[in-house]
Amino acid sequence: MRQLSRNRRRYMDNRAAFVFLLPCMLGFILFMVLPVLASLGISLTEWNFLGGLKSMKWVGLDNYAKLLSGKDGWFSTSFWNTLIFAAVTVPVGLLLGLIMASVFNNGVYGSAAFRFVVFIPYISSIVASLIVWQVVFQPSYGPVNSILMALGVENPPKWFVSAQWAFPLIITFQIWQTLGYNIIVFYAGLKNISPDLYEAATTDGATALQKFRHVTVPMISPTTFFLSTMGIISSFKVFDAIKVATNGGPGKATSVVAFYIYREAFENYRMGTASAAAWVMFIIIFAITMIQLYGQRKWVTYD
Amino acid sequence: MIKAATQTPTAHKRISTRKLILTIVMALVVLTMMFPLLWMISTSFKVEAEVFNFPIEWIPKTPTVNNYTSVWTGNYHFGEYYLNSVHVTVAVVIGQLLICSMGAYAFAKMDFRFKSQLFALFLAMMMIPDQVMLVPRFMLLNSIKLYNTHIGIILMSAFSVYGVFLLRQSMVGIPDSIIEAARIDGANHYRIFFQIVLPISRPMLATLAIMRFVWTWNDYQTPLIFLRDQKLFTLQLGMSQFADQAGTKYALLMAASVLSILPLLLIFCFGQKNVVEGMAAGAVKG
Repeated sequence: MRQLSRNRRRYMDNRAAFVFLLPCMLGFILFMVLPVLASLGISLTEWNFLGGLKSMKWVGLDNYAKLLSGKDGWFSTSFWNTLIFAAVTVPVGLLLGLIMASVFNNGVYGSAAFRFVVFIPYISSIVASLIVWQVVFQPSYGPVNSILMALGVENPPKWFVSAQWAFPLIITFQIWQTLGYNIIVFYAGLKNISPDLYEAATTDGATALQKFRHVTVPMISPTTFFLSTMGIISSFKVFDAIKVATNGGPGKATSVVAFYIYREAFENYRMGTASAAAWVMFIIIFAITMIQLYGQRKWVTYD
Repeated sequence: MIKAATQTPTAHKRISTRKLILTIVMALVVLTMMFPLLWMISTSFKVEAEVFNFPIEWIPKTPTVNNYTSVWTGNYHFGEYYLNSVHVTVAVVIGQLLICSMGAYAFAKMDFRFKSQLFALFLAMMMIPDQVMLVPRFMLLNSIKLYNTHIGIILMSAFSVYGVFLLRQSMVGIPDSIIEAARIDGANHYRIFFQIVLPISRPMLATLAIMRFVWTWNDYQTPLIFLRDQKLFTLQLGMSQFADQAGTKYALLMAASVLSILPLLLIFCFGQKNVVEGMAAGAVKG
C-alpha cells in the first residue's frame, strides 16, 4: 500500500515536473537546440537564402577551409580586428577597473555616489551612447575637436569616419561602456578581502602600492579570472557598437567577426559561410575559455 | 569596520587629507568619463544654432524644452518606437518571470529523471554565442510566419538559460522542510510554487525583471534582424533610423538620446542593489 502511494506520488511528481518544465523546454528546444544543430548543418552547405531550400548545396568543410585560408579578405580583417579588440579592451578594462575599484574602496569620500555614476554608461543603451559619441567626436565642429583645435592641434583626427582612428575610438568606447561593470564586480570582490591581511601588511611596514601588489592583486584574482573570461567572451561577440558607429567601414576597416556574420547572412544572404563563421567564433571562444580554466591554477588564488 | 576602529586619531587625520585629494582626482576622472553624457544633457536643452558654440556652454544661453516636445511630433515616429519598445520589453519581462521561475522551481525542488544531465545541457548552451543561432532562428520565424512581428521577438526572448540559472540558485536555498511541511498538509506543487516559493523568491525575481528590462530595452541586434517594417521598430533600431533622418539636428538627437536612456536610469536608481546582485551572479549579457 505504502509502496503504491509512493509510486503514485512519484508519478504525480513527474507529471508536475513535466508541466513546470514544458515552457522552458519548448523555448530551449525550438530556439536553442534545434538552431544549434541546424546551424551546424547549414555551415556545411553553400546556400543563398533568396534561392529557397532547393538552392542548398552540400560542400562539406569548404566554407571553413575558405574562411581559414585567408582568401576571404573581409573575414581575415574581421578576425584580426576581433583579436585586437579583445587584446586591448580586456586588459585595459580590467586594470582601470581594479585601480578605480580599489580607490573607491576606502580611498575616497562618497564612494557610493562614485560607483553609481560610473555605472551609468553600462546601463545606458549602446545606440544612444554611440549617437552621442558621434556628435561629440564630430570632425568639423564637435566639442572634442574644438578643444583640440583650441589647444593648437591643426588637423585633428576625423574619428569615426577615419580609417585610422575609427577602430581605436570604438575600442575606447567599449572600455568606457564596460568600465562601470568591472568596477562594480571588483568592488564586490574587494569587500570580501579580510581587513586582517591589510592590517598585517601595515604592521610589516608595507606601502600602499606594496599592499596593492602583494595583497589586493592575489586576493582578487578569482574576480579577475571571472571578469577576464566574461570580457573575452563579450568582446568576441561585439556587434552593436560596430554596426551603429561605422557599419564596418570605412571599407572593411572596423569589421569584426560578429559583424561579418551579420553581413554575410542578412546583407549577402550567404547562409553557409555565415554559419561557418559563427562556428569558428564559438570554437575560438570555447578554446580560450578552456585555456583560461586550465591556466587559472597558475595564477588564481583560492583561499 | 575593524580597521576604522583600530586606527589612532592622528593616523585617521593624515589619511583624511589623502582621501580628500584622491576624492578630487577621482571626481575629475569621473567627470571626464561622463563628458559625453553631460554634453548630451546640456545640448538637449539648446537651440540648434548654439549646439557647437565654443568654448562649450554647459548652461545653454537660450534654454529650451522644444527639442523634447518636437521629438514626439514631426515625422520621426519617435513615439511609435517608444511604444513598441515598452510593449516588447514588458511582454518579454513578464514571459521570462513566469517561464524561467517555473523551470527554476523544477530544477531546484522537484525530482525527475535526467534532471542533472538536463541542467548541465542548459548551462552548456549558455556558452554558445547567439551568432550561431541567428540564421536558423531567422528561418524558423520565417517559416511559421512570425518574422517581422513583435510576437516572434517576444516568443524568442521569453526564455533564457540565464533566467533559469539565476532563479534556481536562489530557490535551492529555500529549506526543503518548508516544502515538505506544505506537502504533508496536502498542498500540491502548483500551490507550493505560487503561494510559498514565488513570494520567497521575490528579491531574485526583481533582479531578473530589472536585468531583463535593461537588456531587452537596449537590444539592438534582435530587432535589426527580425523586424523589417519601420512601424514595428523598437527604440534602439528606431534611434539609428532617427539619427539618419534628423541628420544634423543635433539638439533634437540629444533629446531623443536622453529620453531613450531615461527609463533605464530610473530603474537603476530604484533597483541599484538588484542590478549589482544580478551582475555579480555571473551575468553573461544576453
